Amino acid sequence: MKTVKIIAWVLLVAFVGIQFVPTERNQTNAVPKTDFILVNDVPKDIKNKLQVSCYDCHSNNTAYPWYNKVQPVAWLLENHIKEAKAELNFNEWANYSNRRKKSKLKSIISQIRDNEMPLSSYTLIHKDAVFSETDKQEIIQWITQLKDSI
Amino acid sequence: MSIAAMLLLAVSFTNAQEKEKMDHDHGNMKMDHGDMKMDHMNNAKAEAVLKGYLTLKDALVKDDSKTAALAGSKLEATLKAFDKSGFTAEEQSELADIIEDAAEHAEHIAKSPIDHQREHFKTLSKDILDMVAITGTKNTLYEQFCPMYDGGSAWLSSSNEVKNPYLGSKMVTCGKVQKTIN
Repeated sequence: MKTVKIIAWVLLVAFVGIQFVPTERNQTNAVPKTDFILVNDVPKDIKNKLQVSCYDCHSNNTAYPWYNKVQPVAWLLENHIKEAKAELNFNEWANYSNRRKKSKLKSIISQIRDNEMPLSSYTLIHKDAVFSETDKQEIIQWITQLKDSI
Repeated sequence: MSIAAMLLLAVSFTNAQEKEKMDHDHGNMKMDHGDMKMDHMNNAKAEAVLKGYLTLKDALVKDDSKTAALAGSKLEATLKAFDKSGFTAEEQSELADIIEDAAEHAEHIAKSPIDHQREHFKTLSKDILDMVAITGTKNTLYEQFCPMYDGGSAWLSSSNEVKNPYLGSKMVTCGKVQKTIN
């Protein structure tokens, strides 16, 4: 019983301790001119879907939920967002070459088609980010058009 | 903590091994082509990429996802180690773009199931084709085309006999030679 108590205390102290470790916030005020939605003529409902379901991780601006302020969740999210932006950053769209744009659009299509994106760990909490079958069809059709126009 | 340290050690060890292997290959290449002209040197650099690509292609023909994944990660390293010196500034920027794209596809091939590997292989094939257009190659290559996969897809082979990497054993002879390179 005594050891259990000691372990509980150690864990508690560690938990409190890690709260003081700072994390980098993925937040900016201005949307750069190179943004996907700014440089492409995106229909309104598709624009909304992209912003709600993709932009939290694939842009320079995350709408942080409350639990992100708690460690170790903040670390996890920080790494997630870093990785996501390396794969695709909608804010940087105009900076990609045509070859890269085509590849990224192709990946967007297959990820959405195969329900790989948005991540299930993300939609678990962000219910509004889930794509219905109609949403999926609509987005894939539009992205395919864009891909073929490049 | 100790697990993390062990992982780190393992990763750096395999990296070192890979690097050693690459240096070795490079050394051989230099010996073989040391007395050749500049444009032939450029060819030699591209041969390593082509060799990696063709190994990957053969694995996909055999529906061998595991070998394809290994070939993918090796190709990624070969692409990233590609030395662009000796090309014009314009060619270098084009090559940088191609290599960045191709390396990403190779990386995904290294960690995906076979249907995804084939999707990435399609764009990768276009990248490699564009790369060869710049670097040239000392070997004869055949651009082959299958109308049945994803609205029509091309790939490169060192043989004019059609063996389809997109359909594999399902329909291995589907396709035709579209163009002979060299």
